[in-house]
Amino acid sequence: MKFAFYPGCVARGAAPELYKSTMMVVDKLGIELEEIEKAACTGAGVLQEKNQKLGDVLNVRTLALAEQMGLPIMTICSTCQGVISQANHRVVNDQDYLDEINEELAKEDLHYSGKTEVKHLLWILLEDIGVEPLQKMFNIDLSGFNFAPFYGCYLIRPSDALGMTKNPKRKHSLDIVIESTGAKSTDYEGKTRCCGFPILLINQKNSLKMVAKHTGDAKDNGADAMVTPCPLCHLNLDGYQAKARKQNKRGKADLPILHLPQLIGMAMGLDPKELGVNKHLVSTANFIKSIKSKVA
Amino acid sequence: MEALIKVKRYNPEESEETYFQDYSINVAEDSTILDSLIKIREEQDGTLSLRCSCRASICGSCSMRVNGSAKLVCKTRVKEISPDGEFITIEPMGNFKVIKDLVTEMDSFWSKMKSVDPYVKTSFEPEAEHIASNESMTHLLGVMNCIMCGACVSECTAMEVDPTFTGPAALAKAYRFVADPRDEEANSRLGKLNENTGVWDCTRCLACVEVCPKDVAPMERIVKMRDLAIEEGYTNTSGYRHTESFNDSIKKHGRLDETRLALESTGLLNISGLIDLAKIGIKSLMRGKLPPILPHRPKDMKKVTSIAERLDNQGKEEE
Repeated sequence: MKFAFYPGCVARGAAPELYKSTMMVVDKLGIELEEIEKAACTGAGVLQEKNQKLGDVLNVRTLALAEQMGLPIMTICSTCQGVISQANHRVVNDQDYLDEINEELAKEDLHYSGKTEVKHLLWILLEDIGVEPLQKMFNIDLSGFNFAPFYGCYLIRPSDALGMTKNPKRKHSLDIVIESTGAKSTDYEGKTRCCGFPILLINQKNSLKMVAKHTGDAKDNGADAMVTPCPLCHLNLDGYQAKARKQNKRGKADLPILHLPQLIGMAMGLDPKELGVNKHLVSTANFIKSIKSKVA
Repeated sequence: MEALIKVKRYNPEESEETYFQDYSINVAEDSTILDSLIKIREEQDGTLSLRCSCRASICGSCSMRVNGSAKLVCKTRVKEISPDGEFITIEPMGNFKVIKDLVTEMDSFWSKMKSVDPYVKTSFEPEAEHIASNESMTHLLGVMNCIMCGACVSECTAMEVDPTFTGPAALAKAYRFVADPRDEEANSRLGKLNENTGVWDCTRCLACVEVCPKDVAPMERIVKMRDLAIEEGYTNTSGYRHTESFNDSIKKHGRLDETRLALESTGLLNISGLIDLAKIGIKSLMRGKLPPILPHRPKDMKKVTSIAERLDNQGKEEE
C-alpha cells in the first residue's frame, strides 16, 4: 500500500513528534510513503480568504503532483485534508474552473485530470487497512482507558467535499479507531466543535474558552487523554490548556493531548517516549506511567 | 413504520431539570420528523411543546437539533435519519434559551438581526421603484434565501463561548446590504462589523454552512466581508495582520512560517501578547521542540513562489 505523503507545515514545524510518530506507525502498518516534496502549504483556509484562486491553484498543483506520481495522497492533518478536499471538490464539479487552473499549472508542465484521492491517515486505517487487521497489529490492550476524540472541523465539515455520503463511517472514524484499541471513546459534546486555534491570535479570550470547555468537559466525562488527527487543534488544546483552564476556572491542565499516530503506536506496543508523547506541554508523565504498567 | 424518538423535555413551571423521554409512534414510510412529533403530541402526549407553521420549509419555525445538529424537521424524513429504525434524538436548538421542550426564545436572534440595520440605506428618497441590476440581485439571491430559522446560530461554535458575537445569521444578513449596489453605507457598515463581536470572531468552523437548509453559506459571506473591510482600509486588526502574514509567508517560502505568523498576528508592538508567545516558546523549547527559525521549504520553491506572485498580482489587477 503506497501513498504520496503530504505531511503539512505543522508536522514539519511546531509538531515534529507528529511527523516522527507517523513514520514509526506507517512502517508497522505496511504503508509505504513517498513525500510530495514540491508541495506548497494548503493555505489552511486563511490564504483562501484573500485569494481563493491562488489557494485552489496551489492545492490542485499538489493533486496534480500526486497524479504524476500515480499515487493517492495521505495527509496527517484535519485542516490540510479538509482544505485539499474542498479544492478537489470545487474543481471536479466545475470543468471550466479546472481548465482555468490547469492553464496555470501548464506553465510548470503539470496537469490535473481530477482523479487523485486524498485521505487522512485516520480514514486509511478504516478503509484501506480495516478494523480487524488493525487490531491484529495491536500488542497492548488499552481497555480501561478512556480517550476523548477531537476531530478538527475540517475533517467533519463540509460533509459533501469530504465524501461523507459515500463513506458514512468517516463521521465516527476517530471513535471507531479509539474503540478498536480496546479503550472507551469519551462521550462529550465538544468532539466535533472548534478547538479555537483559528482565532487564537485574533480573539484569544474566546479561543481559550473553547480550549477550556472541550478539555474540561472531556475530563469531566472521564477522559484520561484526548486524541486528535489535527496538529493545529493539538497546538491549541495542548499549548494553551494551562492558561485556558486557569482563565476559565476549569481546574488545572491535566488532560494530555495525543496525536492520532501516537495512540496507534502505543497500542502497537511502541515506546511512548520514542513516539514523542513526552514532548507535549501538558504533562504526560503519569499517563506514560499508566500506559507502561499495561506493558508490564 | 415505527419511529423511535427520544425528546429532550423541559418545563420550568415544574422543574429546572431537563430529561429525555422516549416515544414510539407508528408513522407512514415517508413521514417527516415533524409529522411524527405532531402525531406524538396529538395521540400520545399533549404536553409536548414544539413550534411549527408551514410544514414546507418556508417559514423557518421548526428548526431543532436532530441527533445533535440543527435541522428543519419538516424537511427531514424519519427514514433518512434512521434507515434501520434507530432511535432519533430530538433537542431544542443550541445557543438559544429554551422556553419549554423544543421551543426556544428568539429575542436574541431578532436583536442581532436589528443590530446590523437590515434595510437599504440611501441618502435620498427614491421617486420611483429603486431598481438594482439583475446581476447584483442574482448574486444576493443566495443570502436572500435565508428563512431565519436559526439553525446556523444553533451550531455556531463561536456563539457557544461568546453570546455577544453577532453570529452567522445576522452577519449573512449584513452582507445582503453591504453587497447591495443601492446601499450607500457599505463603508460604515464594514467599519462596525470590523470591530469586536463582528466578522473576525468567526472561527471558520463551517458549522453554519453545513446546517443551513437554504444554502445561504453564512461563513462564506463573513469571510467576504473581511476582505471587503480590508479593501475599505480597515486594517488595524489582528485578523488583517494574520491573513497578510500567512499570504506573505506562502509568497516567500511556499510554506507556512509559523514563528513569523505568530509574531506578526500578535502585533510587534503588543508587548503582553509577545511575552505570552515567548512563554509558550520557552515551554516548547524545554520539551525539545520549537518551530524552526526558518520554515520548511518545498523542493523547487521558486515554482510555488512564482505562482503566488503571479496570482497575487492578478487578484490585485481584478480589484
